[in-house]
Amino acid sequence: MKRPTVITSLTLLLIVMGVISLTLGKYPVTLRDTALFLLAKITGQQQATALSMDLLDSLFLSIRLPRVVAAVLVGSSLSVAGAAFQAMFINPLVSPSLLGVLAGASFGAALGMILFKSWLAVQVSTFVFGFISVMVAVGIARMFKGSAILLLILGGVISGAMFTSLLSVVKYCADPYEKLPAIVYWLMGGLSYADAQTVWITAVPMVISMIMLVAMSGYLNVLSMGDEEARALGVPVEKIRLLMIFLASLVSSLTVVMGGMIGWVGLIIPHISRMLVGPDNKILIPVSILIGGIYLLLVDDISRMLFDTEIPIGIVTSLVGIPFFVFVMKKANRGWGS
Amino acid sequence: MKVIEMNLIEARGVKFSYDTKPVLRDINLTVHKGEVVSLLGPNGSGKSTLLKVMLGLLRPSAGSIRLKGTEIARIDAKAVARQIAYVPQTHKGTFSYKVIDVVLMGRLPHKPFFFSYNRKDRDIAFEKLDRLSISHLAERPYTELSGGERQLTLIARAMAQGAEIFVLDEPATGLDYGNQLRLLEQIIKLSREGYTFIKSTHSPEHAFWLGDRSVMIKEGVIIGDGKTEAIIDQESLHTLYNAKVSVMKVNGSLRVCVPHVITNHTRMTVKSEKDEIMFLPLNL
Repeated sequence: MKRPTVITSLTLLLIVMGVISLTLGKYPVTLRDTALFLLAKITGQQQATALSMDLLDSLFLSIRLPRVVAAVLVGSSLSVAGAAFQAMFINPLVSPSLLGVLAGASFGAALGMILFKSWLAVQVSTFVFGFISVMVAVGIARMFKGSAILLLILGGVISGAMFTSLLSVVKYCADPYEKLPAIVYWLMGGLSYADAQTVWITAVPMVISMIMLVAMSGYLNVLSMGDEEARALGVPVEKIRLLMIFLASLVSSLTVVMGGMIGWVGLIIPHISRMLVGPDNKILIPVSILIGGIYLLLVDDISRMLFDTEIPIGIVTSLVGIPFFVFVMKKANRGWGS
Repeated sequence: MKVIEMNLIEARGVKFSYDTKPVLRDINLTVHKGEVVSLLGPNGSGKSTLLKVMLGLLRPSAGSIRLKGTEIARIDAKAVARQIAYVPQTHKGTFSYKVIDVVLMGRLPHKPFFFSYNRKDRDIAFEKLDRLSISHLAERPYTELSGGERQLTLIARAMAQGAEIFVLDEPATGLDYGNQLRLLEQIIKLSREGYTFIKSTHSPEHAFWLGDRSVMIKEGVIIGDGKTEAIIDQESLHTLYNAKVSVMKVNGSLRVCVPHVITNHTRMTVKSEKDEIMFLPLNL
C-alpha cells in the first residue's frame, strides 16, 4: 500500500471506531437517538430524540467522549514512545518503561494517594515522579564513560528498580482498607478515572509532544544505525536523543496520569505497525500513533462492555499482548520489520 | 595558491588517548585531492582511531585536524558531513530498512532541523545507486544484503552526502573474494572521478592493487608514508606485522606478496634478485 493510503485508511478507521465507541455504554441509548444526536451536533438543528437532549449531551460529551479521547491518546502515546525508544536504543525489545518512567510514575501516584486528598495533587505527583525517574536514569548513565546506549539502559534498570522498591514501601505503609486497594486498582490501569478536566489538560502536552516526535522521526532511522554513523552524518546525537527521550517520557508519564499502568501497548504496537509498513520511522511513527489509538480504543470497549463490571484495561492489554509478543518473537528471526 | 586547495585534510601533531592509554602518539598526515590512501597497521595500532579523529568524531587530545585549512572542530557538523563521509565497517543493522532509505540518510546533512526527504533527495539517492550499478537493490531490505552489497550501499550513501572525501574503515573485511574485487573496482572508478579515499585495510595486496599511496601505522606512530610500491616491502611488512613475506614484481609493475610459509610449504623457492617472481621447485 502507498504511504498516504495507509495513513488515510487508518485515520478513517480511528474516526469510525471513535464514533462507534461513543455509542457503546451501559446506559441504554437507541441507535436512532445516537444518530439523531450526531445529526443535531453536525447540523446544529434540533432533532426529536426520545431521551432529552441535555441527557444525551452529558452522556456523550461529558462522560463518553473524554473516555474515548483518553483511550486514543493513551494508546497513541505509549505506542509512539515505544517506537521511538526501540529505534533510538537500537533494540526492538524495549518499551516506554525502559528508562523507569512507568515505575517512577506509579510510585508518584501511590505516594500522592496516601499524602494528598486532592486528585489533582495525585496527578501532579504521578507526572513529576515519572519524570524524576527518567532524570535519575539519564543521570546515572552520564556518571560513567562508555557506550551511551548501554549506560542509559543500565541507568533505566537501576532507576526502575529503585522506584519499584519505593512503591513497595508506600504500599506497605498505606492504610490496607482504603488506600492500598485504591493504589492496587490504579496500578492495574483503567480509564474510568479519566474525567473530562484531566483529559483536556493532559491532551495538550501529549498532542504537542506527539507532533514533535513525528516531525523528528527522520532522525530515528539515523540514530538506529549507531552513534558514530549518526554523528558522521552531522547529527548532534546527544542533543537529539535527549530531546526525544524527553518527549517520549513526557507522553508516557502523562498516560499514567490518565489511566494508570497500561502495559505491553508500547511494546507490541510498534511491531504490528512495522509488519504493516516496514521499519522506516518516517512512516512507522505516525502509523504507530494511529494503530495505538485504534488498539486501545478497542481494548477499552471490550474491557467496559464484556462483563457487568469493568475489567481493568491493563489486565486486558497484558493478556492480549503477551501471546502476541510470542508470535512476534517467532517472526523476528527474519530481521525486525520485514 | 593551488597547494592550499589541494590539502583536503591535514593532521598536525595529533595525539589521542582512551583514558590513560595513548593510542595516537604524534600523527602528521596530509591527504590531497584525488588520492587513494591505504592505511596499514596491525590490530590495535590506532588505524580506526586515526580515521575517527580525521572525521571529527573523536577530538584529539593534542594537535589539530584541518579540513581545507579550517580546524574541523570549528566547522558545523553538517558542513563537515557534506565534505567527508564515513563508511563504517560492514554491519548487519538491526532494523530492515530498505536500501533506498539507507541511502536517503546521506541527504540529512543537507536538511534543516525538522525535515522530510523530498523528490530531489530521492532522485539523488537513486542516481547514486545507479552510478554504482546497484539500483536493482533499492527496495530490498538492507539486512538481507550480502556484505559486498551492504558496503556498496554505504558508499552510495556517502555519495548522496555530496562528500568528496570517503573514509572507509576496513571496507573489505568480511567480504568474499569476488565482492572484495568489485569493491576495489568501484574505489578505483570513483577515484578517477576525483573522489578522495582514505581507507584502512588489513591487506597489503589491496594496497598494491589500488596503488597510489600507503601509510603504515604502528603503536600510534606513522612509520611509513609514500608511494605504495616504495613503502611496502619485505622489511616494512616484517616491522609492521612481524611476518616473513617477500614482495615480488609481476610483469615489472604489479607487486604481490608471497609469504615465506607458502614457499616452504610448497617446497619452492623464490628467486628475488631481479625482483621478478620466479617459482623454482626445490628438488629439480
